[in-house]
Amino acid sequence: MENLITGNEAAAWGARLSRVECIPNFPITPQTEIIETLAQWIADGDMDADFWTLESEHSVLSAAIGSEATGARTFTATSSQGLVLMHEVMYIASGMRLPFVMATVSRGLSAPITLWSDHNDFLANLNTGWLMFHAQNNQEILDSIIMAYRIAEDNKVLLPAMVNMDGYVLSYTKEPVEFPAQAKVDKFLGKYRPKHAFFDAKNPLVQGPAVLLPHDYTYFRYQHDTAARNALSVTRKACEAFRKQFGREYGLLESYKCDDAKTILVTQGSISTTAKAAVNAMRKKGKKVGLLRLRLIRPWPAKDVARELANAEHVAVLDKNVAPGQGGIMSPHVKAALFEYGAKPIVTSFIMGLGGNPESVGMFEEAVRLAEKDKRGGVLWLE
Amino acid sequence: MTKVLTYKYDGPRGAPVMKADASAARVDTGSWRVNRPVIDLSKCIKCHMCWLDCPDGAIYLDKDGKPHVDYTFCKGCLVCANECPVKCIAVEAEKK
Repeated sequence: MENLITGNEAAAWGARLSRVECIPNFPITPQTEIIETLAQWIADGDMDADFWTLESEHSVLSAAIGSEATGARTFTATSSQGLVLMHEVMYIASGMRLPFVMATVSRGLSAPITLWSDHNDFLANLNTGWLMFHAQNNQEILDSIIMAYRIAEDNKVLLPAMVNMDGYVLSYTKEPVEFPAQAKVDKFLGKYRPKHAFFDAKNPLVQGPAVLLPHDYTYFRYQHDTAARNALSVTRKACEAFRKQFGREYGLLESYKCDDAKTILVTQGSISTTAKAAVNAMRKKGKKVGLLRLRLIRPWPAKDVARELANAEHVAVLDKNVAPGQGGIMSPHVKAALFEYGAKPIVTSFIMGLGGNPESVGMFEEAVRLAEKDKRGGVLWLE
Repeated sequence: MTKVLTYKYDGPRGAPVMKADASAARVDTGSWRVNRPVIDLSKCIKCHMCWLDCPDGAIYLDKDGKPHVDYTFCKGCLVCANECPVKCIAVEAEKK
């Protein structure tokens, strides 16, 4: 059965179906509806979880670490300024190898302040050692949160995970979403029984202690890096198990009509759905165009990305973000992946969609036209 | 010599966690002391300010309510000597 719900409600349902036990939280637009929905369910007795209201996002993430460190399945959500206020604690959560899940609802960063969506908040976390998933629609938000718990809690990984959606376009927009049956989700996730993070007064633990020797510090960083790399195959297997259990297909990325494409658009998040409509429109005109949607951002599936793009002549990376002085955040990732693979399409980087600046089918058609004229791989801003 | 690092993946054992009870009880922090507070009990008025203010809980009270310094844990911060209203806590240099 399908239900008409917002992206925020889909995230809340993902947490509820995953039977999370603790939700430290702080409100921020456009995420607040997630924790409001969870608060309502807990107040009504529809959901059994601790609901902790904190005084800042820095405290929220610190509390999430504390809760997850006792072995309780933990969930939280944030956006924009809240997410960057968490930044210091992000590294502690992943360094302590605590596999909880946070829904993030993308919103541009101040200054100047904005409420609308772009990906600079989410992508500020590329080096924090978290797993990072980016959903394109409300169904994928719900499904990705469930999958994220399974991947994060796997002994080969044991890292926290972010699941991102675009603010407003998904967070406050109702779409039909199918709810997986609770019994099936219980079977898919199992009980979380960590061997390294639990509370037992008779066997006290120090978690995340000081490491005074650089050699030991390097060991833990190496383990962290290996764990993140392991998440590539663990995610692949989780997607396969999810398909078998629930019938919906996901991967590390989504390849849309790339096989014979001369020019491929690269996107992430909700703009991908508009980009697919543009691909269909251009295909009708006989143009061989495809779309590669990035879904798993960390760990970075470089080989998979390069394999999909290797036979194209032109690649247009559409970054809904900007790293001033550098360009789009994802386009160097794509270029590096292609370089390592030995493939040499011309990669054009586009900056678009900042602060909620809307995309359109026409914009993607123009990006393809400009990319096909590009001989050196430039950076262009679109509006 | 520079070496290329390779570790096998250690799963949950590769998380920075250690089993530990109240290990502070086994650390002789008194060895850090440069100056030693010495209480002159003949002048002490048993106000217990030193006992209250000691940041390490290294001052204990006997059954008559008189304060004594536990030199195993006293780091010699001298908060007690500073706070004593009758100045009955002397400061003596530690001699090694």
